[in-house]
Amino acid sequence: MTVAAHHYHPVRPGPLHALLLAGSVSLFIGGLLSDIAYYQTLQIQWANFAAWLIAGALLLSGLALLFALGNLFGARFRGRRPAAYFLLLLLAWVLGLVNAFEHAKDAWAVMPSGLILSVVVTVLSLVAAWIGLSNLRSEVVR
Amino acid sequence: MSTPRALSVLGLAVLLAACGNEGGSDTQARGPDPKLPEPQRGLLPSMKIAEPAPWGDRTPRVPQGYTITAIATDLRIPRQMLVLPNGDILVAEGRGGNAPKLKPKDVIAGYIKAQGNTQVKGGNRLTLLRDADGDGKYELKTVFAENLNAPYGLAFANGRIYVANQDALVSFPYQDGQTQASSAPDKLVDLPAAINHHWTKALTVSPDGRYLYVGIGSNSNVGERGMDVEVDRAVIWQIDAQSGAHKTYATGVRNPTALAMQPGSGQLWAVANERDEIGPDLVPDYLTSIREGGFYGWPYSYWGQNVDTRAQPQDPAKVAAAIKPDYSLGSHVAALGLSFSTAAVGGQFSDGVFIGEHGSWNRDKPVGYRVVFVPFQQGRPMGEPIDFATGFYGDDGKTRGRPVGVAVDQRGGVIIADDLANTVWRVTRTP
Repeated sequence: MTVAAHHYHPVRPGPLHALLLAGSVSLFIGGLLSDIAYYQTLQIQWANFAAWLIAGALLLSGLALLFALGNLFGARFRGRRPAAYFLLLLLAWVLGLVNAFEHAKDAWAVMPSGLILSVVVTVLSLVAAWIGLSNLRSEVVR
Repeated sequence: MSTPRALSVLGLAVLLAACGNEGGSDTQARGPDPKLPEPQRGLLPSMKIAEPAPWGDRTPRVPQGYTITAIATDLRIPRQMLVLPNGDILVAEGRGGNAPKLKPKDVIAGYIKAQGNTQVKGGNRLTLLRDADGDGKYELKTVFAENLNAPYGLAFANGRIYVANQDALVSFPYQDGQTQASSAPDKLVDLPAAINHHWTKALTVSPDGRYLYVGIGSNSNVGERGMDVEVDRAVIWQIDAQSGAHKTYATGVRNPTALAMQPGSGQLWAVANERDEIGPDLVPDYLTSIREGGFYGWPYSYWGQNVDTRAQPQDPAKVAAAIKPDYSLGSHVAALGLSFSTAAVGGQFSDGVFIGEHGSWNRDKPVGYRVVFVPFQQGRPMGEPIDFATGFYGDDGKTRGRPVGVAVDQRGGVIIADDLANTVWRVTRTP
């Protein structure tokens, strides 16, 4: 019986990459919660909080994106998962940027588009980070 | 590989960003009954600040039969002016406001807007200009008073010069011919000064000198700093000149940047700057007579009953009560100066008002950057505005000046403060 021999080279994120990634997820979640609070209370300060949290999330996830790009090219053979991680994170970042512009609108003009985008971006970044932190590796077939 | 998909995502982002480019019509709806488009807003607000450049040998263009001269240069941000009974001109110089940056947007927008302003530090003073021999050259330029706090509105009555600082209404005793204030100013009343997003305090006085009127602008574009900070904002105060007691004379005027008394009728008029970021042709800045107790819409609605959904919670009763202004000057022109004309100016400019337009930032095709004349008939604005001084925004896309205050002197000269070139211009009939 022949066993297809798979040799895995884990390309796990380094500590800084992981910190940036996880940090960005928390900030996106914070932004989403602030949006929900503004939507429910009309208290303007929540909209300000959301704008800053999203800006911070973009900074961290933007840097994580550079690491992800490095991993993509660094992997000896480009497997499916590093690419999926990178693309999901890229999508989260681009939509996050759109969301940041939405949050630059004045007062209630942020709603409801800002809230919807916050939900989408938070879910995307969560999934991207999950994949990135758990299964990031390249497959090398011997 | 998913490279094409990744590219399409980036393409989408670029496309979305491009949606921020709202053009706007070349000729805006102006006059008593402007047609207003639907509100619109791209992903990015339009921001266009024309690049500042020195005047060099150029001057603003004025109508045939008139000549323009710079009567004072090297000022420190001239804003409003006052012509004294002897023909001397007082110029208020300064820059105010201390609004904190609330959102990432404020940091970026603040930087961009600063590119279109002078780099000179505000003078916080009043400068006096005098043409003693009547040859049209103002040979005396001297500091009348200093250490003021962003002075803006000026008025003369009761033997006193009243100055609206950004935080208080003060006054100096004045004797004819005086070139320097004899003492520190006396404070009549504190003015609302917290945040001061719109810091300019416009000022005028009733014909009998009994009441002063102060324009106090809103603390935000459309309530995005919360309504708690809008108490006593977007209002016009009536202040008793003797006691300093005040009452709110009109409300809902987003940013009343200049006030003037109509000669003869004693009616109070104002120019006001309306809200931004709902399109290149919204919302018109306006010229209006001010009714005592009137509400003019901000922040709930504009130009009467057009609801602005950005202001939440809404107030339907307020919207229903909102007064439609008398006359549209066009959106984003940033009207900052207002002065009634006199017969001495002559020609078609005898009956009406001059309006200084500082110029737009929230519009791809810049508007304003000029002084217009709005003709009056039977005491009301009538017909299209007429360009009086143009060329501040050049055909080459450079900005050489930005008009603020306008004043008409006893000899029929029209005086224009330019806070980019730090110059005061005077337009006279060509002899």
